[in-house]
Amino acid sequence: MSEPLLSVQGLRKHFVQRKGFPRPRTIVVRAVEDVSFTIAPGEAFGLVGESGCGKSTAARALLRLIEPDAGQVTYRGQDVLAARGAELKALRRKMQIVFQDPYSSLDPRQTIGSALMEPMRVHGIATGREARARAAALLEEVGLPAAALDRLPHEFSGGQRQRIGVARALTLEPELIVADEPVSALDVSVQAQVLLVLKQLRARRGLSFLFVSHDLSVVRWFCDRVAVMYLGRIVEEGPAGRVLADPLHPYAKMLRDASPVPDPTRRGVLPRIVGEIPSAANPPPGCPFHPRCPQAMDVCSKVAPRWTVASGGGGVACHLHG
Amino acid sequence: MSAVVEAPPSPRVPARRKVLAKARSNPTTLAGAIICLLILAAAILAPWIAPHDPAEQDIMSRLAPPGGAYPLGTDQFGRDILSRLLWGARISLTVSLGAIALACVIGGAIGMVSGYIGGRFDLFVMQVMDVLLSFPSLILGLIVVALLGPDLANLVVAIALTAIAPFARIARAPTLALKERAFVEAGRALGFSHLRIVFRHILPNILPEVMVMASLWMATAVRVEASLSFIGLGVKPPTPTWGGMTRDGFENILDSPWLAVFPGLAILLLVLGLNLVGDGLRDATDPKLRNE
Amino acid sequence: MIWFVAKRLLAAVPTLVAVLTVVFIIVRIVPGDPALVILGDQATAEATEALRARLGTDRPMLVQYWSFVTNALTGDFGSSLVTGRPIIEEVGAVLPHTIDLTLASMVLGVVVGVPVGIWAALRRNGAVDIAARLLSLLGLSFPVFVSGIYLLLLFGLHWRLFPVIGNADLSDFGDRLHKVVLPAVALGLTMAAYITRVTRSAMLHSLGEDYIRTARAKGVPWRRVVWVHGLRNASLPVVTVVGLYVGILIGNSVLTEIVFNRPGLGKIIVGALNQRDYTMLQGLMVIYCFLIVVVNLVTDLLYGVMDPRVKQA
Repeated sequence: MSEPLLSVQGLRKHFVQRKGFPRPRTIVVRAVEDVSFTIAPGEAFGLVGESGCGKSTAARALLRLIEPDAGQVTYRGQDVLAARGAELKALRRKMQIVFQDPYSSLDPRQTIGSALMEPMRVHGIATGREARARAAALLEEVGLPAAALDRLPHEFSGGQRQRIGVARALTLEPELIVADEPVSALDVSVQAQVLLVLKQLRARRGLSFLFVSHDLSVVRWFCDRVAVMYLGRIVEEGPAGRVLADPLHPYAKMLRDASPVPDPTRRGVLPRIVGEIPSAANPPPGCPFHPRCPQAMDVCSKVAPRWTVASGGGGVACHLHG
Repeated sequence: MSAVVEAPPSPRVPARRKVLAKARSNPTTLAGAIICLLILAAAILAPWIAPHDPAEQDIMSRLAPPGGAYPLGTDQFGRDILSRLLWGARISLTVSLGAIALACVIGGAIGMVSGYIGGRFDLFVMQVMDVLLSFPSLILGLIVVALLGPDLANLVVAIALTAIAPFARIARAPTLALKERAFVEAGRALGFSHLRIVFRHILPNILPEVMVMASLWMATAVRVEASLSFIGLGVKPPTPTWGGMTRDGFENILDSPWLAVFPGLAILLLVLGLNLVGDGLRDATDPKLRNE
Repeated sequence: MIWFVAKRLLAAVPTLVAVLTVVFIIVRIVPGDPALVILGDQATAEATEALRARLGTDRPMLVQYWSFVTNALTGDFGSSLVTGRPIIEEVGAVLPHTIDLTLASMVLGVVVGVPVGIWAALRRNGAVDIAARLLSLLGLSFPVFVSGIYLLLLFGLHWRLFPVIGNADLSDFGDRLHKVVLPAVALGLTMAAYITRVTRSAMLHSLGEDYIRTARAKGVPWRRVVWVHGLRNASLPVVTVVGLYVGILIGNSVLTEIVFNRPGLGKIIVGALNQRDYTMLQGLMVIYCFLIVVVNLVTDLLYGVMDPRVKQA
């Protein structure tokens, strides 16, 4: 494999809260405990897991939208977490984000044109007429007419807004796009449009993606490689086809079995996911999944499983495969 | 699991034109606006429309009752009440506009920045604002003017001081909500500076609320200015002020009651006009608050 | 509940200290030496020195601050520069008059404001509602000295129904009541207008809630729905707002006392202003602020008693 575009090592983010009176208790929510992965140039990497597993937090932390507590993030060999001022601003040009909620991701009082031209102006890419022409071209690229430039966000539907959000992420001509549940807030009927736009952009511009989603079918369609997160850790990683069709980790199996399968002959008995996801404020000892794991052994509640390389690429953290 | 549903559309912020149209269609708001505009016109045109010089003393007709050469009568120095009222509108409007502009800018900036930064800093700033709020505003204004000395600029400062905390609060609340919205995060991801995010993206979104607040507080500012002048802490005589004129009239209330009645009425009208406009604007900007 | 009360009480102490700090700073921002300001330029050096010693302004700033804060927290607000009597005594002597006035106006405000507000809410957009809305806005627009003068002119001078001078004999209840009516109406007018608006809006809000619909659906009589379910929930915002209104009430009471020539805190403060009695002004400001902090505390606690959800928070 060539030099990775993005490399994340041991990323950690804990949220500390103090609650109660007169004896305040400190609660540490371990949103992201230990996350490592790499993304190659042009690759689409999926991050899947139930809501609350820390996947969005991890995405935000590596973009420095929230400051991670520990870990290392390098972009083309440059230390992202140490970047300051102009250096960080330059890095922001390379890595952009598309948000989940298309309704809150656009400033309600800013026209679409202004929203697309402002980043160009701030980064000195283009101004005035040239910026407007670029903005119009970007809109066209995501399938919207140039007339949209002078409109306000509330005049558009959710799917259209999401495409505007994609266009805005492209204004800085990034190489990597972090897509944080980009279609989860949309009607199923419009999800396909947005996904298609993303896939076309990827092919045309050679973009890399970090695709965060809880929807396995979407990830399977879009991503080359995928990592499964559980309680702030990656429990399995590998080629998307293999991990999603034939997972090694019991949790990944559970996710696979819970997601709907379009072929009725292959539809087995749905094993119900047992129990609730434990609180990230109080994670269980040993393997974090053991309280819900159908194949839990004695060792699982005592020792955290090591990372084991799987055949065909990737790996898994499970005592069954250790 | 986050459900795959269409997120509810964010509450639409009515466009400015719509708000004004809505406010205009309300007869009481319209009446308020007309009152305010008439008084504004009187203040601007005072030098041309006032029948007399406001400082001119007619020794032969002191305390003249309304009618004749002096439509609203004269005061104890023989000065024309109507002319003094017209000129007095200038002080009322200058002081209250100045004070509210100052409070709006300072308080608004404090509230916005405090809310945006959040955490302990926000907690501290809001604590300070709470302390300012626990001063009775008239007493605070009174003591500040007494200490600084009564002149126009000090009045503006004193009245602004009493209004800073409410403006900080009204600016902070929506800022707290806005900064959680993804477009603020998007701005950071796009490499915008915090200043740009606060002043280019948060400010336009909270402006309607702050402006409604400003129109409502204008009424309060006019009242406080008049009250301070009534106590004797207004702009110094012989400059005519409505509060000061009411006071002069009050001292002669037994012989010439109209002396106190007319300036009092002028204050009442201006405050009422401003309140009507502010109320109408608030109803128009927030459909949920309509008629509440 | 005990923790709730303790927490609020504890939280009031820093507020009090902060209030004292602000007062201290405000009084010391005055350009120039207060002793010189009081005595004028022609004062002899000895006289200025003596006054500085009396004011305590010859001591270092931090020492002044410390003694100011500790004295105030133990109830010592200093002495008047003019009369030399402790401020607390001067205030205590006239306090009953001010309390008569403010209490009477508050009662008036609640007795008029709450029923009218409810009535308006129940007849939403009807004639009563529109009238209540406009009249309350008019009431809010009256500067209290203007309404005071108008009342004085009509009822005091024209019809001679009420006395013009308000110096009541404190031992005679009838006299006190007779003399407080007019000023209380002047002062209570804005209060009633304010409470009308708040009650109306809180009632409308409360009547739109699901529990009202549920109560009606299960056959609770409408009268009971309004008075029990509606009013109980509407009373919370009303209490809060009445608490917040105390600051305005205090300012307005000063003006009312001037207009009706009543003894009280207002007259003391105006006297102190005219005589440049700085220690008196400082003390009065502290007393006023303490009063507001205490009222806020009481509102807060009342809120806790009335709304069980607050206690758990």
